[in-house]
Amino acid sequence: MEKMPKWADVVLIPLISLILAAAISALVILGIGEDPIEAVKLMVQGALGSSNGWGYTLYYATNFMFTGLAVAVAFHASLFNIGGEGQAMLGGLGVALVCLFIPWPHWSIALIAASGAAALFGAAWALIPAYLQVRRGSHVVITTIMFNFIAFSLLNYVLVNQLRPPRAMDPASAKFPEATHLPSLHDILGTVGIEFSKHAPANISLLIAIAACVGVWALIWRTRFGFELRAFGKSESGARYAGISPFKITIVTMLISGGLAGMMAINNVMGESERLVLNAVEGAGFIGIAVSLMGRNHPFGVFLAAILFGFLYQGGAELALWTNIPRELIVVIQALVILFTGALDNMVRMPLERIFLALNTKKEG
Amino acid sequence: MTSAPAIELKGISKAFGPVQANKDISISVQPGTIHGIIGENGAGKSTLMSILYGFYKADAGEIYIKGQKAHITDSQAAIAAGIGMVFQHFKLVENFTVLENIVLGAEDGALLRPSLRKARKELRHLADEYELNVDPDTLIENLSVGHQQRVEILKALYRKADILILDEPTGVLTPAEADQLFRILDRLREEGKTIILITHKLREIMDTTDTVSVMRRGQMTATVKTAETDPEQLAELMVGRKVLLQVEKAPAQPAQTILEVENLSVTDDKGVERLKNVSLNIRAGEILGIAGVAGNGQSELMEVLGGMISGQGTVRLNGDALDLTGKHSDGRSRRARGIAHVPEDRQSEGLIMDFHAWENVAFGYHHDAKYQKNALFMDNAALRADTQAKMDKFDVRPPLPWLAAKNFSGGNQQKIVVAREIERNPDLLLIGQPTRGVDIGAIEFIHKQIIELRDQGKAILLVSVELDEIMSLSDRIAVMFDGEIMGERLPQDTNAQELGLLMAGVTASEGAA
Repeated sequence: MEKMPKWADVVLIPLISLILAAAISALVILGIGEDPIEAVKLMVQGALGSSNGWGYTLYYATNFMFTGLAVAVAFHASLFNIGGEGQAMLGGLGVALVCLFIPWPHWSIALIAASGAAALFGAAWALIPAYLQVRRGSHVVITTIMFNFIAFSLLNYVLVNQLRPPRAMDPASAKFPEATHLPSLHDILGTVGIEFSKHAPANISLLIAIAACVGVWALIWRTRFGFELRAFGKSESGARYAGISPFKITIVTMLISGGLAGMMAINNVMGESERLVLNAVEGAGFIGIAVSLMGRNHPFGVFLAAILFGFLYQGGAELALWTNIPRELIVVIQALVILFTGALDNMVRMPLERIFLALNTKKEG
Repeated sequence: MTSAPAIELKGISKAFGPVQANKDISISVQPGTIHGIIGENGAGKSTLMSILYGFYKADAGEIYIKGQKAHITDSQAAIAAGIGMVFQHFKLVENFTVLENIVLGAEDGALLRPSLRKARKELRHLADEYELNVDPDTLIENLSVGHQQRVEILKALYRKADILILDEPTGVLTPAEADQLFRILDRLREEGKTIILITHKLREIMDTTDTVSVMRRGQMTATVKTAETDPEQLAELMVGRKVLLQVEKAPAQPAQTILEVENLSVTDDKGVERLKNVSLNIRAGEILGIAGVAGNGQSELMEVLGGMISGQGTVRLNGDALDLTGKHSDGRSRRARGIAHVPEDRQSEGLIMDFHAWENVAFGYHHDAKYQKNALFMDNAALRADTQAKMDKFDVRPPLPWLAAKNFSGGNQQKIVVAREIERNPDLLLIGQPTRGVDIGAIEFIHKQIIELRDQGKAILLVSVELDEIMSLSDRIAVMFDGEIMGERLPQDTNAQELGLLMAGVTASEGAA
């Protein structure tokens, strides 16, 4: 028998973990002499209280959906891809090259090409660690994180020496041409008569990210490849027995994972900054790990967790703007969320299981 | 009662989360006796012994040793209380000598030499007293499994153990080695030691113990004097219903040759030759049993035929050669050729424990056309219907396709694997340890299925470390030792002693000499 109902596992445990994280965050805020209730109000107001706030929350959430999915896919194959950061950087390079050097007649075609390039560049960046793992036995946890640094240096070199417009002072590419600018949520919702903030960066990439969630779900639970991927992830010796090639699964999974992380660039590079800057990814690759962890590696969970982290990001920025609570505190809150939902999972799970068991035996007895 | 029991448990209970592993268990073992504890896998035997040895803390209950209440908080306390444990998987340092292993953890001081000198003297004394002869200066890795086990026993005795617990001690031994072990145990009993023998083998219980306790589902169902019981009664107590211990089968009707193996060799990653020029053949309607002590190449034989590892040599199925290396030597290619494979380790190979039963029914066959909805997606509904049908036919309990494999008992897990493989209507079935960790009731069922498949004219290669199983199921028996086939026998013309010698690598001529 299952120890407790599924809804408790996927809803109740993350919820309780979240409440615990919030409670401790409140204590920390109290500790630095601020009012936690006021802080929560500010965060909610700033992130969800206006269409502008929502626009930022959803923009961040879009990034986290891509990077979260990247981690989740790999996780099901028991591969821990923590190179989302570097893969997203490379994805940005792909987007920049496509947008800068090919004249596009319309944003829609440009978006398709840029998505392809972003995925391709991200996937290529994940391919090398994948190959090193299956053929040379170098663990992807080690190699993918090292590749983040290589990606940063590579991007720095390309931006400073190749893509930087003459006489520009910062390591960034030129502005992308007008034809590659993506419609924002303001434009999209405007067509159906809904008012949405003009300045918020959320754009059509959000819809692609949602489609990616559905796609990843179907891939993992509905296709033969997904079946093999999950079987391999659960038991490598079992996969060998069933005739599933570890080489194929590792390589293809890492390509998909890297591709998803790379796709993030259509949101932040093409949709928001409309040029390639050095720190475009801003840690979203790492937050993807937390998002995937909190979302139980399920695409729907990733979707929800991405919105939560989008809220924390945007709300945190608001906090820093309007109170004496430093920007860093939001990192503390995020860390607490990760700590409680990921690392301390059993702390909540064990007592809950006992409660459910007691309830069940009472019902039966 | 004349003397205080050597060990007495009163009302021991232990739960792991929702699982009640031990429930209100009480036993009392008289000094100078061998007490058997028998029960199926998961009955709670190992948990009980782990409590006794201080690995787990009981939720409730008390332990008395020689009439004194004992608080066994860790293994050090257990040792201090005079309890020694011989684990199923030995806890020896392979590249240390016997002497060093015995002293390890029981050194007298910072300097090793005095401890070693003392141990050497003590060891000689123990060897004389109990006929436990082992060269103290041999490295563990150079000892046979039987001798390694002796070192474990010596370790316990060196630590002044009066109560010895042996957990499934014969699982890795040849019949001859097992006989030697039981002689040693007899000797220890004569010297006044108390022995607790945990096993699932009825024969060992009947042969060696004075009293026996039967466990079922975490509870102690009975404690009886061995002399006053019989295997049928014990089996019934273990399972909870009457079981058939003998396999019923008609004589084989072998037809054309299905599998031909010629000079098959397998070399592992470390360059060790695990399978050496093995040749055998199996005909349709015939069961070839491979007897042998675990680790003598049987696993490699199964794995290379099942496409899990590569090898050199020639293997023909229905007259056509099988690839032994490269792209078409994997499990999927083997299945396509009509080879079904029930692997020796169902938990890590045959099943994905976290997968639902219906996913496991597709496992290995997930490319089958009948499981596909279209080019892109699998037809999960068809798969679940198929699973339901198989579960009903093979009496898998509970018959719920949505249940994860790990939530079935060992026997029902094995039924899922057997159902999946047999229902493919294969030409050749490779079946390894078909009843390891399987409850007696399911053993009966699985054996019947294997015989039925044979009677349908299929070739079956059976690997098992249970000699009884090999002898009762096989139509021919090949014995493996150190990667080689030592000889082939017909079950009606041989006996456990002869097979046991072959399993130990002694050929007929040597044996006679």
